[in-house]
Amino acid sequence: MVFRCAVHNMKLLTHNMLTSKCMKGVTVGYPLGIVAKDIKVSETEFNSEFVSRIIPKLDWNALWKAADSIGHSGDLPQQLMEDYENNEEFLKKVHHVLLEVEIINGELVCPESGRKFPISQGIPNMLLNEDEL
Amino acid sequence: MALFKPKALECQLQNVKGFEKPKVKLEQYVTSPHIAAHMLHTIQSTFDDLEGKFVADLGCGCGVLTIGAALLGAAQCVAFDIDPDALEMFTLNVNEFDICNIDTVLCDVRFIPVSWKKTFDTVIMNPPFGTKHQQGIDLQFLHVALNLAGKSVYSLHKTSTRKYVMQKAESWGAKPKVLAELRYDLPATYKFHRKHSVDIDVDLIRFNLE
Ligand SMILES: C[S@@+](CC[C@H](N)C(=O)[O-])C[C@H]1O[C@@H](n2cnc3c(N)ncnc32)[C@H](O)[C@@H]1O
Repeated sequence: MVFRCAVHNMKLLTHNMLTSKCMKGVTVGYPLGIVAKDIKVSETEFNSEFVSRIIPKLDWNALWKAADSIGHSGDLPQQLMEDYENNEEFLKKVHHVLLEVEIINGELVCPESGRKFPISQGIPNMLLNEDEL
Repeated sequence: MALFKPKALECQLQNVKGFEKPKVKLEQYVTSPHIAAHMLHTIQSTFDDLEGKFVADLGCGCGVLTIGAALLGAAQCVAFDIDPDALEMFTLNVNEFDICNIDTVLCDVRFIPVSWKKTFDTVIMNPPFGTKHQQGIDLQFLHVALNLAGKSVYSLHKTSTRKYVMQKAESWGAKPKVLAELRYDLPATYKFHRKHSVDIDVDLIRFNLE
């Protein structure tokens, strides 16, 4: 069967990296709040090696909060567990939250300035105006 | 995963549409399917830097490099560009392929925060070479790329700037190596030239970070 993705959208993996730190007057700008208007949950191929390699790069707390704030934390533990490399069940949960919960339309919100960054058609718009730099 | 032969990859990449109305100021021209296919094939077959990897494409334009990387088995890709019109075309292109593992971010690559250190395994890019209006943007892209990648960066640079690019890269902690010298067919608009297009010499450089 050929599975076609209608569109590609913002995954929580990408959200986990985005900040508004480059804005004038913002010091951390992380994590960005999410106001999700449309969410899509898809099914993608699970790659345990990739997921366990990506976990140390994540801000776990930010990931959990982001997922929770849009009602998709599922039963992902709030604390990152130890020895997850061989825990397939856990890695699958992480895979789901990181790569299968996608935001189509909505906003990202800077925690310090309240500046909103629109997400439209799955693409977060992080462009700043000149007077914001 | 069976590796596409360069020819087969090139064939696939011919389906990637280019810029509808290229913006000269942003140096919007595509990497030809031929160059893209050879570049990506080398990255995978010689260095194993795509399959299963987390890959970023800086200044992704219409997506030929990202889509090629995904076809060669990249685990996830994030593509960045400053131009919403380019990303619109990018999205149309991705939808023509059977690919789900690509995210796009609309942003100025120069302002990707330093806190993203070593987020990706591999960064690929065909950066703007820098015009009168944005001199030095090629090296600004390179600096950001070297910070984002954990393993390696692959980038195209004008051969005439090779020495300087290599020096800069070394000062930023990377080990550069020229993998190929290419003749690049640049649309004349970018050279303010009367001919339809001009060939320039371009290096494909690998910057090793390990
Ligand atoms: C030479 S084109 C390469 C396009 C595409 N990667 C390819 O290989 O076909 C350079 C791209 O960089 C983008 N660009 C230029 N300045 C940028 C900036 N400051 N931040 C992000 N993207 C930028 C342009 O919109 C354009 O798509």
